[in-house]
Amino acid sequence: MTVITHHIPDALLAAYAAGSLPQPYELVVAAHISLCLDCRAAYEAHQAVGGTILEATAVEGVSEDLKSSVLDLLDEPVMPTPNYQRSGIYPGPVMQALKGKPPRWKSLGMGVRQSILSTGRNGSARLLHIPPGQAVPDHSHNGLELTLVLQGSFSDETGRYGVGDLEVADQDLEHTPIADEGAPCICLAATDAPLKFNAFFPRLLQPLFRI
Amino acid sequence: MRAPRKKAVRVVPSSPEISLQTIQMLAVRDKRDRTAFALLFDHFAPRLKGFIMRSGTGSGQAEEIVQEVMLTVWRKADQFDPERAQVSAWIYQIARNRQIDLIRKENRPLPEELGEDPGTEPDASQILAVEQEAGQLKVALARLKPEQRKIIEQAYLGELTHQEISTQMGLPLGTIKSRIRLGLERLRHELKDLR
Repeated sequence: MTVITHHIPDALLAAYAAGSLPQPYELVVAAHISLCLDCRAAYEAHQAVGGTILEATAVEGVSEDLKSSVLDLLDEPVMPTPNYQRSGIYPGPVMQALKGKPPRWKSLGMGVRQSILSTGRNGSARLLHIPPGQAVPDHSHNGLELTLVLQGSFSDETGRYGVGDLEVADQDLEHTPIADEGAPCICLAATDAPLKFNAFFPRLLQPLFRI
Repeated sequence: MRAPRKKAVRVVPSSPEISLQTIQMLAVRDKRDRTAFALLFDHFAPRLKGFIMRSGTGSGQAEEIVQEVMLTVWRKADQFDPERAQVSAWIYQIARNRQIDLIRKENRPLPEELGEDPGTEPDASQILAVEQEAGQLKVALARLKPEQRKIIEQAYLGELTHQEISTQMGLPLGTIKSRIRLGLERLRHELKDLR
């Protein structure tokens, strides 16, 4: 197992615990925590702050029958919620986003493939499959882009990213990630805005390809 | 899913440093103790309701969420690990998850659960360390200036974006961060044992 060297910034972790991150980012953060004990520890430390605040919150009286109705429900059978386990390179939260099925890859040309996990007003999350030596077309983006490596590695102007590493790229970063030699690089990428590809695709095609 | 725990916790119930809530939660987890659960309800339900209403939720809906959170506490008790978290920290996350799921009408992405080796004996000194860190965190938060404390509260109530957290929380967070860091090394160590 490779050593994870690129972690989740603290503000993102605090926002994740508090639930103020857009869903596509949450998926990347949850997947990284699944792979990274350091960030899991930091996440649990944020929960401790949240717990301290909950503990200190002014109490609000509850209705008399709330307790008895909760106690009455303890033995009610519950619908088991599906528990998605890690499958190969895909951590549990990614399997949840895939609904337990393998990714459905769509070609973007030049051997690059993507599988969209979610897309909407809050941004998009997708898996990218990049052959060794192949560049993800030079792109910039409107908002923050989080990229988590699940297989292989890539390098760009900011460094090298291996399995478990998370790249946090803000809108000012124009970078060209290139998959390293070896296994194809598979990553989970999330943005809070549609991607802007500079050269590879004319912008007009963006809605068509949903990239 | 984590393997069911059969071990008994070697914690003296009268120990002054282990909180009542932790002892009650362990009784719920290991013995499915309803009396202990009812006591936890008495402690947490009014706090949860106050906490949820601070986000602008009305009294009636807040009580519905309190009910679901407390039922989750009962049903997912096997996931409570006193060597890693205080009861309040664990319940905080359950409550925030529930509030977000309700707004989005879907389950938010959560990290994989760590499976614990069922053979390991719980370590009372670890539990005490968690309690002590929580006590120090409480003191650190209480010492913040009111406006700083307000920013921290807003952040953990989910009212600030991550950009706002990184720009606004820098100063007060520095104060509590040193407390968090104290616990971080211990947590890391603890988690590595679990792997």
